[in-house]
Amino acid sequence: MTARTLYDKIWDDHLVDQAEDGTCLLYIDRHLVHEVTSPQAFEGLRMTGRKVRAPAKTIAVPDHNVPTTLDRANAATMTEDSRIQVEALDKNAKDFGINYYPVSDIRQGIVHIVGPEQGWTLPGMTVVCGDSHTATHGAFGALAHGIGTSEVEHVLATQTLIQRKAKNFKVEITGSLRPGVTAKDITLSVIGATGTAGGTGYVIEYCGQAIRELSMEGRMTVCNMAIEGGARAGLIAPDEKTFAYCMGRPHAPKGAAWEAAVAYWKTLFSDDDAHWDKVITLKGEDIAPVVTWGTSPEDVLPITGTVPSPADFHGGKVEAVQRSLDYMGLTPGMKLSDIKIDTVFIGSCTNGRIEDLRAAAAILKGKKISVKRAMVVPGSGLVRAQAEEEGLAQIFIDAGFEWRLAGCSMCLAMNPDQLAPGERCAATSNRNFEGRQGRGGRTHLLSPAMAAAAAITGHLTDVRDVM
Amino acid sequence: MDKFTKLTGIAAPMPLVNIDTDMIIPKQFLKTIARTGLGKNLFDEMRYTLDGAEIPEFVLNQPAWRKAEILIAGDNFGCGSSREHAPWALLDFGIRCVISTSFADIFYNNCFKNGILPIVMPQEVVDVLMDDARKGANARQTIDLEAQTVTTSDGRVFNFEIDSHRKHCLLNGLDDIGLTMEKATSIVEFEKKAQALRPWA
Repeated sequence: MTARTLYDKIWDDHLVDQAEDGTCLLYIDRHLVHEVTSPQAFEGLRMTGRKVRAPAKTIAVPDHNVPTTLDRANAATMTEDSRIQVEALDKNAKDFGINYYPVSDIRQGIVHIVGPEQGWTLPGMTVVCGDSHTATHGAFGALAHGIGTSEVEHVLATQTLIQRKAKNFKVEITGSLRPGVTAKDITLSVIGATGTAGGTGYVIEYCGQAIRELSMEGRMTVCNMAIEGGARAGLIAPDEKTFAYCMGRPHAPKGAAWEAAVAYWKTLFSDDDAHWDKVITLKGEDIAPVVTWGTSPEDVLPITGTVPSPADFHGGKVEAVQRSLDYMGLTPGMKLSDIKIDTVFIGSCTNGRIEDLRAAAAILKGKKISVKRAMVVPGSGLVRAQAEEEGLAQIFIDAGFEWRLAGCSMCLAMNPDQLAPGERCAATSNRNFEGRQGRGGRTHLLSPAMAAAAAITGHLTDVRDVM
Repeated sequence: MDKFTKLTGIAAPMPLVNIDTDMIIPKQFLKTIARTGLGKNLFDEMRYTLDGAEIPEFVLNQPAWRKAEILIAGDNFGCGSSREHAPWALLDFGIRCVISTSFADIFYNNCFKNGILPIVMPQEVVDVLMDDARKGANARQTIDLEAQTVTTSDGRVFNFEIDSHRKHCLLNGLDDIGLTMEKATSIVEFEKKAQALRPWA
């Protein structure tokens, strides 16, 4: 048999049908659903009299719109249109008989945190969701990617997706990371190297010693942002860390089924002589703590750098950089560590897991914030509970952070957690687009430890100086 | 879904690279449970001031391009969020075709589900189409899906590639779900096989 990549293997095991022109029908093992991109899909099913083909493989949770303030049980904390979307999901979950974690359930949280936490996401699966950050689940060696609402309806009705196969892109991170450097710095540095369209048409497999040395939480952070590099999905081959994370989760297999599953999962790696259409290699030792300065995730530099000039770029990027600098209120040559911060946001499907909160709390312990506003939004109710048990919540509160309930929150600012025009935020989320966190809001992406450092000093800060 | 066969219309130039779906339709308009009505908020933050007045410099606010049906865009158009509200907003405004050097994967897929044709062209062709679009409302371009050609207002013709399944669906306005349901037997067979091999899934 010819040598195959991990992507090739998962693809082959899910191929239902292949037409002569290369159009394929791929079987979907897990379909995650949230309130923003699903109402029109369920409405489509109703209008055509179709059912959900595999309700047991369909999991829904409201996350984008839900308030994260402690009084959210009161429906009045939501705007009318947000409330209608959440209530529509409540009703659709009930009417179509799918698995559901309502706002009142402690297991509620960001869909990409809940899936792995509950053991829905397992190695070798195909996972889709009407959300681009579905790439997160690739950390388990699952082929996972975002889809549009029409495709949500297609998967609900048929449990399959029409696809053409992407190409294979190997991203290798050799060696070990230096102190103060995290998974977030890896994933941002890769995007800095490839550009936001560098992965278009590919599925990325992240490999190498630095990836192996990451925890599952860190691997999820890396894969989460594969989409920001344009890739359809990010993958990391499963190993003992993956199996240990999955074992005992509510929806993971048990007993003999577990043994059979692990035996299969151990076959999920790229063969030595597999063909790669594109390869890049970064040295782990060379990766520094990074921040973004512009309005595209590719606008990334080590914190020790300075704001670039449009003249440093060419082609269409010249105009884009000028526009970014105007929007961000920055001048070329300015030291990144001189950029003053108003607000710090720690959370999101990129960095809202327990390890992220531990990393931030380790920097904040015994310190006070000197920014106007700082908030921690745990990725799920269970992450929140664990952080309280470990004493992390108290460290955040003592430092001056708001300690919130789970949701997407200020990552995309669909709920009331938004930036005001001109407000500058150090954010652990994934997108620094214009207006992303609120119209006129200015976003600098960074790791949880770097966000904590900025909260203490009031400006972008090299975390290695406060460790 | 409406068919897409042949279109002759005004093309609006948007040379900015990395136009993301947050720019195309900002999050506050995702709180709808309908597919229609988003056209008035297409490119909302580029198109209107905070108090809702039109920004006259923005291309779709200029008299020549207010009725554009084609967008000629910078590289990596539609990156970011998977929101299908982006193509819904384009369609509701009246845009049926977007031409760029590259598109983000999910946005590209979403277009085809809504009768919008995204066309990938090399940089030198996009440059020609962009210059042609800058001439304004009298410079109409023609997209012929059957022939897979784009024709500029002065008659230059460029071919484009598209996969045959997507072309077939667009030309005939076909619903993917209906087509897949015709393969129900294959899906059932697959499920039986998968249940034996990977019962935990």
